[in-house]
Amino acid sequence: MRGVAAEAAMAGGEAMTAKRIDARARFLPVGDTAFTVEFGDRIDPAINALVHRTAALLAEALPEGLVETVPSFRSLLVHYDPLRTSAQALQAFIGPLELEDDPRQAPSRIWRIPVLYGGEAGPDLAEVAAATGLGKAEVIALHAGTLYRVYVQGFLPGFAYLGDLPEALDLPRRTSPRVRVPPGSVAIAQRMSGIYPVESPGGWHLIGHTPLRFFDPAQSPPTLFAPGDGVRFVPVDADAHAAIAEAVGQGRYSVAKEEGPA
Amino acid sequence: MSASLRVLQPGPQTTVQDLGRYGFQAYGVPVCGALDATALRLANALVGNEPAQAGLEIRLAGPSFEVIGGPARLALAGALAGIEVTLGDETRRYSAWRAIDVPEGARVRVGALAGSGCAVLAFAGGVDVPPVLGSRATDLKGRFGGHEGRALAAGDRLHLGKGEAQGPCLELASPPRASGEVTLRAVPGPQADAFTDEAVAAFFATPYRISREADRMGMRLEGPPLVFRHGADIVSDGIATGAIQVPGSGLPILLLADHQTIGGYAKIATVISADLPLAGGLMPGALIRFRAVTVAEGEEARRARQAEIVRLIASLASVREGARIDEAALYQANLISGVVTALESS
Repeated sequence: MRGVAAEAAMAGGEAMTAKRIDARARFLPVGDTAFTVEFGDRIDPAINALVHRTAALLAEALPEGLVETVPSFRSLLVHYDPLRTSAQALQAFIGPLELEDDPRQAPSRIWRIPVLYGGEAGPDLAEVAAATGLGKAEVIALHAGTLYRVYVQGFLPGFAYLGDLPEALDLPRRTSPRVRVPPGSVAIAQRMSGIYPVESPGGWHLIGHTPLRFFDPAQSPPTLFAPGDGVRFVPVDADAHAAIAEAVGQGRYSVAKEEGPA
Repeated sequence: MSASLRVLQPGPQTTVQDLGRYGFQAYGVPVCGALDATALRLANALVGNEPAQAGLEIRLAGPSFEVIGGPARLALAGALAGIEVTLGDETRRYSAWRAIDVPEGARVRVGALAGSGCAVLAFAGGVDVPPVLGSRATDLKGRFGGHEGRALAAGDRLHLGKGEAQGPCLELASPPRASGEVTLRAVPGPQADAFTDEAVAAFFATPYRISREADRMGMRLEGPPLVFRHGADIVSDGIATGAIQVPGSGLPILLLADHQTIGGYAKIATVISADLPLAGGLMPGALIRFRAVTVAEGEEARRARQAEIVRLIASLASVREGARIDEAALYQANLISGVVTALESS
């Protein structure tokens, strides 16, 4: 296993120093079928990159008894089968694996997500403008002018936490969450943006809507985004939004993306 | 031609479940699957299926349905219940924990559950719904998997897989029984240090009551609120089934099969996998205690549970003649009346 980690460190660049996972992270107990590999306690792109890199190393090495891993902002939840391995055995395997300091790489693809901002599509846009002291057009320009990274998928199937939202748009979640947020709603809260993939309750501020679909259980993988992907929001008008919605409904819309390192 | 079920009455919440959908939690897809995985495995064994084949999970009371297009062999495991099979004007009564051969055209009614709030009804050949992301489990929140991503409704038609019922009907002579007071073993962590030492001690020393807010995602518990060192919020991280998360109210929530993949509340402990089937069958009002165990003790308990299931499956034997009449008498008596009352008031 040392070989794989060393190779990974080399690929990250000669300036990187590799360190064992057990020197960068701590293991936390999660019952008898999982444990957490925790790299930090805050949302930070470099920490998140360590999480995804560890997930990739494990997906490659597939140690005996590993069931699956769940990356989140700052830790990796490792699910295992206690009939085939133990937390102790799996941690002894993971501990010596090496990670470079900051395994972030430029996103290999950047999705271009068309968004109709404001109005019925984004019922909270005016409120967000008022709360941030910006004009509606400024909110849109800031939101659409940012290159986001997929930190984590979760909460709902296909819900991606996209960061970082510009500081000027940083707002707490709504004090009274909505009971029903329509799928495709483009939302912001704190330093994150997200898109509701399915109808659900939600407390984020809805500033726009996209006709694209982000979760399809008939596909594997079932989500459009993958960890580390780049995402850019592209403002469109109501006519373009309607045309895209029709194309998506007929299965003839392919999502635009910018290829290669940005 | 293999048989189908035509649902007459669905019961409070009857869903198609298997052992769960693994491998997609990184995409936000919950595991789901039977709350009582032991019941699923034993029910499958009773009808001669592989352990992971899909069956019907029943909550509180069972469905009624007509078997059409061929005969079916079925078995209920995980709880006690009366099962009535009616063909023409003859009704036969059976109990749980045994295979029952149901002729084509018969109507089956599964009564109120006793001893547990959930049970599994398995059919020889399994319930044949299309697998989604590798599993037939129903994801009620995501609205996919199982039968159209939802609980059964009257009028639904479910196909059964091909699987000739072979040999005599099997029964489990001594099914597992829940004792009066329920103790769930739990490993402290991953965020036990978010709570004061007194709160952690209180959590393992005080009984909690299952509240009415209980579903396949989780159960809110009533008891002394737990005190945080700083606050309930953490940077969201992954959740395992059995995690006990504590929101700002200080009242714990025991997370079950349909839980979200990640969450932002501190988790004080995680119920071990050997005790999750027991947890899944708890009903509102039940009193439970938590007992702290180590990870190694939890793993050992899981291995012991596995050995127990293997032993139970090995003990399956042909149904004894004449047993049916005794069972009928049992179910005519007051065995299930308490549960019926609980159902009606919920």
